[in-house]
Amino acid sequence: MVLSAGDKTNVKGIMSKIGGHAEQYGAETLERMFTTYPQTKTYFPHFDLHHGSAQIKSHGKKVVTALIEAANHIDDIASALSKLSDLHAQKLRVDPVNFKLLGQCFLVVVAIHHPSALTPEVHASLDKFLCAVGTVLTAKYR
Amino acid sequence: MVHWTAEEKQLITSIWSKVNVEECGAEALARLLIVYPWTQRFFASFGNLSSPTAITGNPKVRAHGRKVLTSFGEAVKNLDNIKATYSKLSELHCDKLHVDPENFRLLGDILIIVLASHFAEDFTPACQFAWQKLVGIVAHALARRYH
Repeated sequence: MVLSAGDKTNVKGIMSKIGGHAEQYGAETLERMFTTYPQTKTYFPHFDLHHGSAQIKSHGKKVVTALIEAANHIDDIASALSKLSDLHAQKLRVDPVNFKLLGQCFLVVVAIHHPSALTPEVHASLDKFLCAVGTVLTAKYR
Repeated sequence: MVHWTAEEKQLITSIWSKVNVEECGAEALARLLIVYPWTQRFFASFGNLSSPTAITGNPKVRAHGRKVLTSFGEAVKNLDNIKATYSKLSELHCDKLHVDPENFRLLGDILIIVLASHFAEDFTPACQFAWQKLVGIVAHALARRYH
């Protein structure tokens, strides 16, 4: 799947609104993922998963910051996330199906906080972008 | 046999009571056709689907979206008997409409995002859990009679 010029513009636009809220939106995304898809908690046995957990805030911030980084280098997401791709392949080995679940929860958070910015066209572009990120992060799995 | 807690039922019915079925249905179907354009394959007779604007304004899309979400309301009214509720519709989607059940999952995910955009913080994580559970069960029920 290829991101068109229009997709890239849409993604950069919506991600610029998210910039100042990486920790807040990241924590919320993770919390929703853990609540909605309890099986995702199996990757975090070492975390305090209660609402407001410092670990969730910190990890949420990391996740959204990486998405912002990918958006800032949207012409070459594979290079931008190369180290993260290695990490997921060699160490984390999160099953590929989970990237869609995280993506769904991120879209929900964006819909909640920026409903008018998440037009159908932007929704489509952002969904494509999240798929592309997931593909990059699992590219070296085998 | 699906098990619902009292809280899950309450979260579902409380949100549903505030849903504008015509608006949400139209929006959900339009977004499905826009975000996952291959789903347009089932709607060749709907006329102009050439752009997001055309899709959003298409009266057949709006009408069908309303029809689909109205049917969804039957699940909300019959949470303890969703399988039976969709038995005939399942046969229809298999035998006459030839719809890949994956499409039910896609529409379910889209509906969640539409609800989130309308209800904002009222669409709590617990709400999202209950509703994702519901759309999953509806998708499963619609696929159940496939052969």
